[in-house]
Amino acid sequence: MLTQLEGSMAVARAVAACRPHVICAYPISPQTHIVEGLSAIVKAGELPGCEYVNVESEFAAMSVAIGASAAGARSYTATASQGLLFMVEAVYNASGLGLPIVMTVANRAIGAPINIWNDHTDAMSQRDSGWIQLYAETNQEAADLHVQAFKIAEELSLPVMVCMDGFILTHAVEQVDVPEVEQVARFLPPFEPRQVLDPEQPVSIGAMVGPEAFTEVRYLAHERQMQALDVIPRVAEEFRAVFDRDSGGLVRGYRLEDAETVVIALGSVLGTIKDVVDERRERGEKIGALGITSFRPFPLDAVREALGAAKRFVCVEKAFSVGIGGIVASHVRMAMSASPIANYTIVAGLGGRAILKSSLHDAFDKAVADDLPALTFLDLDHGLVERELARTRADRRSGPAAENILRDLGAVRAGSR
Amino acid sequence: MSSSSASPSSAESLDITSTSALTIHGPSTVADAGYHMGVVPEVVHDTPAATPVKFYQVGSFAVGNRLLPVSERSVQSDPKRFNSLTSGHRACQGCGEALGARYALDAAMRAADGKLVAVNATGCLEVFSTPYPETSWRVAWLHSLFGNAPAVASGVAAAYKALGRDDIRVVAQGGDGGTVDIGFGCLSGMFERNDDVLYICYDNEAYMNTGVQRSGATPPAARTATTQAVGDDPGNVFGQGKDLPRIAMAHEIPYVATATVADLHDLEAKVTRAMSMRGARYIHVMVPCPLGWGTASCDTIKIARLATQSGLWPVFEGEYGEVVASTPIRRQVPVEDYLKGQKRFAHLFNPVRRDEVIDRLQAQADRNIRRYGLLPEATSPTLPPIAEEANA
Repeated sequence: MLTQLEGSMAVARAVAACRPHVICAYPISPQTHIVEGLSAIVKAGELPGCEYVNVESEFAAMSVAIGASAAGARSYTATASQGLLFMVEAVYNASGLGLPIVMTVANRAIGAPINIWNDHTDAMSQRDSGWIQLYAETNQEAADLHVQAFKIAEELSLPVMVCMDGFILTHAVEQVDVPEVEQVARFLPPFEPRQVLDPEQPVSIGAMVGPEAFTEVRYLAHERQMQALDVIPRVAEEFRAVFDRDSGGLVRGYRLEDAETVVIALGSVLGTIKDVVDERRERGEKIGALGITSFRPFPLDAVREALGAAKRFVCVEKAFSVGIGGIVASHVRMAMSASPIANYTIVAGLGGRAILKSSLHDAFDKAVADDLPALTFLDLDHGLVERELARTRADRRSGPAAENILRDLGAVRAGSR
Repeated sequence: MSSSSASPSSAESLDITSTSALTIHGPSTVADAGYHMGVVPEVVHDTPAATPVKFYQVGSFAVGNRLLPVSERSVQSDPKRFNSLTSGHRACQGCGEALGARYALDAAMRAADGKLVAVNATGCLEVFSTPYPETSWRVAWLHSLFGNAPAVASGVAAAYKALGRDDIRVVAQGGDGGTVDIGFGCLSGMFERNDDVLYICYDNEAYMNTGVQRSGATPPAARTATTQAVGDDPGNVFGQGKDLPRIAMAHEIPYVATATVADLHDLEAKVTRAMSMRGARYIHVMVPCPLGWGTASCDTIKIARLATQSGLWPVFEGEYGEVVASTPIRRQVPVEDYLKGQKRFAHLFNPVRRDEVIDRLQAQADRNIRRYGLLPEATSPTLPPIAEEANA
């Protein structure tokens, strides 16, 4: 049933419909509304058999999830940004142990400078953590992906991170067909762990492994992600059979037929990109869009197939690898390594900067003419940057860059230096 | 509260031994109910978990077990013990941690009727017990990270609660580094939430697994790999370090106890008592490390005993933030007797004797004796000089 509600509430209700046994929570914006919603559901007695644990840090949140999952409980937590980084050691540990934890990452920038708004730097930092990473385009997909995530995680005995854009999705109120408990029960079987702490059959989980077998253990982690390339689309199919809508899968193409230019992105910015594609298609341009839902495992074959006979691709990325550039673009180039095509990276939306259609149009105009630099920072204030660079050249003790820039912008009182 | 509060009744009820080694307590429903009813929780027990066994081997002062009635003997003396940490592991000879863990886990297993899960922090105990592809654990065992064992244990406990398996009990264990330093935040969180976990810290007073570096539990003056015995003030500095049992008590959790491997009967009794209670419980066990302390492998128990008999290591129990019992010093020794046998304190005696440092350590012992009532008032260390008295 379609309901008008906040994205975070949709996710909270979808997660509750999956009947998790243990939810651990630590507040960090913009994820907080999700765990607040779940707390209310548990506290009201609407989720019997669920323990809601208010922990003292994100590191503890992931650690509680690890213990709970190893003891055979369906376990969930949510975080964002600094919180994700604070739990990193446990994030790697959860995947290394092969524990099917599901975690929402309400994508947010990483400081310094501290910034609470949306980009993908947090989740991208964990692309090598061994977790499956799914990116939601809409709140409907965010809700649906959580239901699918438990099934994927528990089938493969791997943790799954469901990434949804902070504020843009988490705080957006729109219509969502929230997965109902009865539907989820038909889709998601009870959790049967592959390994479990059982006093009747005691095993040691988390033993030390040396050089003699460490490579093999790590290989198996990769192998299971390769299996996920089959499991993820199959689960999406099974989901459609029960819920009668398309959600999830590896990639999602938009107007790719005969496209010469393909714009590639993850998450909610695909909505804006699709509008831009529509406007350019109306002008007769052969352009399409490709959303990557599964960033880990990265679907090399599906991306190559989707790009078809395209002449170029443009990655619009909400994160970048400092010192080299686009992250998604490097993956897509790898997919196209047998027959390379022109490609461009547009870094956009960092720290919550709005990604405007007009700015995308300008950039795509140049890309289509193969006149775009390989790496572009969308709407970068070049003057502001140049003035700070000049300050650093002029004065050895030029001070904190972030504060200098704010003063330059007039955001703080002009001042002492 | 001093040992004088110990009820004599249980000792008197015994025949030839006139002692009680191990008091088995039934499940304490009172403690749990009190906590959750929102009333101010009160002390449940008014006697120590174990009253001292008074049979000592000549010379070593090791506590005799064989003279006790079978029902009073240690869990470890039972041929059908669980061997939770079984033989074949790779701990050093004379490892106090291996000894303590073996006794503690078997007592916990007996108390839980075998339905136990152990969560382990990274450290010596984890490394020596589970080198791939071997494990020494005959208990369901989980190792995650160095700093998160209390939180992982909370998760295990939450899982069993959610799954309706209150019969399965959870123990977490780690060394002093994993407990007082890197795992401290998680431990405090577990305490604060009163999660149903017994956490056991095996304290050997430094990071032994990485090669004897200073921890927040390293005593003043001790030489470690990061507090070398060089310079004007050799060894660890004074005025640092955490007293975790007291910090644990400040959380007002149901049960806190200290113990040493010098009195394994007492350790077992405390684990047994802790297992009879629900909620967050904490046992801090001194476990000498021959490698890190520079002691002979055969002297682990002797060194631990000297720690208690000098007053440097107070052995006590607390419930809901109150000290309810302490183990009196039986044969007081000056701290010097404890320090002299350890290479980590060798710089206090060679090349020159550093009386001012030894005196400061003695003052710490004296403070413990006063604070926990470890000696009768008449022999309070503030009156006669201890060294003379002990040497007399």
